[in-house]
Amino acid sequence: MDFKFESIDEDFRSEIKDFVEKELPWNWKEQDLDPEDEKDSVLVRKFKRKLGDQGWLTMAWPKEYGGQAASHMRQVVFNEEMAYRGISAGDAGIRMVGPILMLYGTDEQKEQFLPKIASAEINWSQGYSEPDSGSDLASLQTRAVEDGDDFVVSGSKIWNSAHADSDWMFMLVRTEPDAPKHRGISFVLTELEGQEGVTIEKIPMMWDAYRGLVTFDNVRVPKKNLVGEQNRGWYVGAALLDFERSGVDRPARAKRVLEDLVEFCKENKKNGRLLADDPVIRNELAELAVQVETTRLMCYNVAWMQSQDLIPNKEASITKVYGTETVNRLYGLGVKIMGLYGQLDPDSKWAPLRGRIENAWLRSFGGMVAAGTSEIQRNVIAQRGLELPRG
Amino acid sequence: MDLGLNEAQQMLKTTAQDFLSAECPDTYVREMEEDERGYTPELWTKIAEQGWLGLIIPEQYGGVELEFQDLVVLLEEMGRYMLPGPFFSTVVLGGMSIMDAGSDEQKQEYLPRIAEGQIIMTLALTEPSARWDAAGVELTAKPNGDSYSLNGTKLFVQNAHVSDYMVVAARTGSSVEDISLFVVPTQSDGINQTLLKTIASDRQSEVVFNDVEVPSSALLGEENKGWETIRKVMQWGAIGKCAEMSGGGQQVLDMTVDYAKQRTQFGRPIGSFQAIQHHCANMATDVEGSKFITYQAAWRLSEGLPADREVAMAKAWVSDAYRRVCALGHQSHGAIGFTKEHNMQLYSRRAKASEIMFGDTDFHLENVANIIGL
Repeated sequence: MDFKFESIDEDFRSEIKDFVEKELPWNWKEQDLDPEDEKDSVLVRKFKRKLGDQGWLTMAWPKEYGGQAASHMRQVVFNEEMAYRGISAGDAGIRMVGPILMLYGTDEQKEQFLPKIASAEINWSQGYSEPDSGSDLASLQTRAVEDGDDFVVSGSKIWNSAHADSDWMFMLVRTEPDAPKHRGISFVLTELEGQEGVTIEKIPMMWDAYRGLVTFDNVRVPKKNLVGEQNRGWYVGAALLDFERSGVDRPARAKRVLEDLVEFCKENKKNGRLLADDPVIRNELAELAVQVETTRLMCYNVAWMQSQDLIPNKEASITKVYGTETVNRLYGLGVKIMGLYGQLDPDSKWAPLRGRIENAWLRSFGGMVAAGTSEIQRNVIAQRGLELPRG
Repeated sequence: MDLGLNEAQQMLKTTAQDFLSAECPDTYVREMEEDERGYTPELWTKIAEQGWLGLIIPEQYGGVELEFQDLVVLLEEMGRYMLPGPFFSTVVLGGMSIMDAGSDEQKQEYLPRIAEGQIIMTLALTEPSARWDAAGVELTAKPNGDSYSLNGTKLFVQNAHVSDYMVVAARTGSSVEDISLFVVPTQSDGINQTLLKTIASDRQSEVVFNDVEVPSSALLGEENKGWETIRKVMQWGAIGKCAEMSGGGQQVLDMTVDYAKQRTQFGRPIGSFQAIQHHCANMATDVEGSKFITYQAAWRLSEGLPADREVAMAKAWVSDAYRRVCALGHQSHGAIGFTKEHNMQLYSRRAKASEIMFGDTDFHLENVANIIGL
């Protein structure tokens, strides 16, 4: 047992802190940037370029692709420090498309995309979910029909960031409708910018942001943009990628929220008494602090297992379920603690902490649904982790 | 960072599992629930032969001189197998008090005998007020020439009925923390014990002190400095309990998963139903969390790092998590789980007892609230 980071990683932590606090162009304490939101994504991209210049964005990549082959625990340090400051640095290009291309891409694809991913020049949108294919993702229906040197793609992809400054989409499309559902899917890269037949709609969410709905009407995607073998796309998308994927950003963000709430409780009164002196609030907030701590340790364990070449399977799902549900409870408690003020929107007069807590609470429901719902994760824990029989 | 067990700990864990599965099967646990002493001297001797009683005692006092985190690995397995008897009270409560506060003579006197299994010890701390803070200590020790006279009542004293010595926390001054520790032979004149009947069928007693005379050489550490030791023993005790709960929780999960695979209803194993699968997934989550939050605190205590925050968080979390694990274990087992013949109820009764020992969740959450700045 040893719960401390290497001193070299702790030094790195200080280096990041210094850099970020000097370079952040906005007052990060009062923001909670959503890279999938239009307004925020521009700021996020700007700042990501700066991180790219430091070589930090691709620290997890192997050296031959311009990365630093940073250890999993060092990536944890980076991801913690970024998330604590409200920066979403691990974008889909760096965390998914890049590593997938390294595994399955052609030389031409690597040459075309990797440098631009590394420098945050391309914003990627994920084209997985469809209106009729959510948890049962493998039932996806977006068709890609071969025609000469192209695939002709028709269908729709939902819950993505295509509307928010996105240039390309990595997507799963059906290339063989008669095969068993997992075996007729291909992984392709589609340029969205100026593409004929692509319609992007914005879906307003209950929090202050949008998600994208993209409709493809006979969109031509060159076959050279197929990644991996045709009809093997499901397995390309499901490849276990060797970057730190513990979800440690959740407890890191939550830590800041806790700090904000503690400050709030020390400065505000209810019924003439400081909130910080209210025994119920003390108990509830302390309980969430414990849950956030437990989440953090669960995340450390996932990253540590990866560093030992162990495959976190049920552990990763446990972290996802517990982390997202804890964050949801924390924000919900925050709204309650703020009393009548808790209901105020970010742009409202009198909104405490600029309405961040209210907005983040609304958004936190997304965490429990995106990338495998809590129910799907629990199925994974039970069936793959505990080997309970499938229903 | 290394969140796993080292090689020696892994070996200790395997040895403990082999030993306890052979020597401490559930039949033994049930027998001891009814037994007058609550343990057998035969097993006690075998435990001493394993070197476990002296696991963390320094070599110069006849121990193996491993660390607290190693003891935690052992306690995890003892929780899994529900080892009955005075191991915890002797090693963690009595032994660690002496290791912390004792003079060299006192260590020479007691520690080798603990390591060899010759004496059984406990800590007499709580009183009818059932408080875990210094204000709860009202039993007085009045200096009387070169001895002290002890008067008062201790309650919930673990294994006092079989202990040779008790470390007694007594009030020796008027400030809240003016508390001193004494090593008192349990057979001293003026001590009267009454066994209580408890939810976990463990052995706790009321111990009444009526003009009990002890020589000043019985004073453990300095006068009025005893609470400093108690504070540490409370932390070791809390994390020791967390380890037991964490091991017990793992066993309840394993039992429940096995049962869910075997038990058939509606023509299929109940473990194929999503409702049961999600119960099991939630249990696995709680067990996972319990393990790491316990290990983190154990590691800090071993390293001598400040651990107030981590101990409070661990005891708060694990107390609740183990209760939840047992509740879902019961729900998944159905009626058979509440029957005396089933092991499930053995665990849930112990879970409740552990939950309230060394400070319940609310006690520790209040500590957390202070530490996070509220």
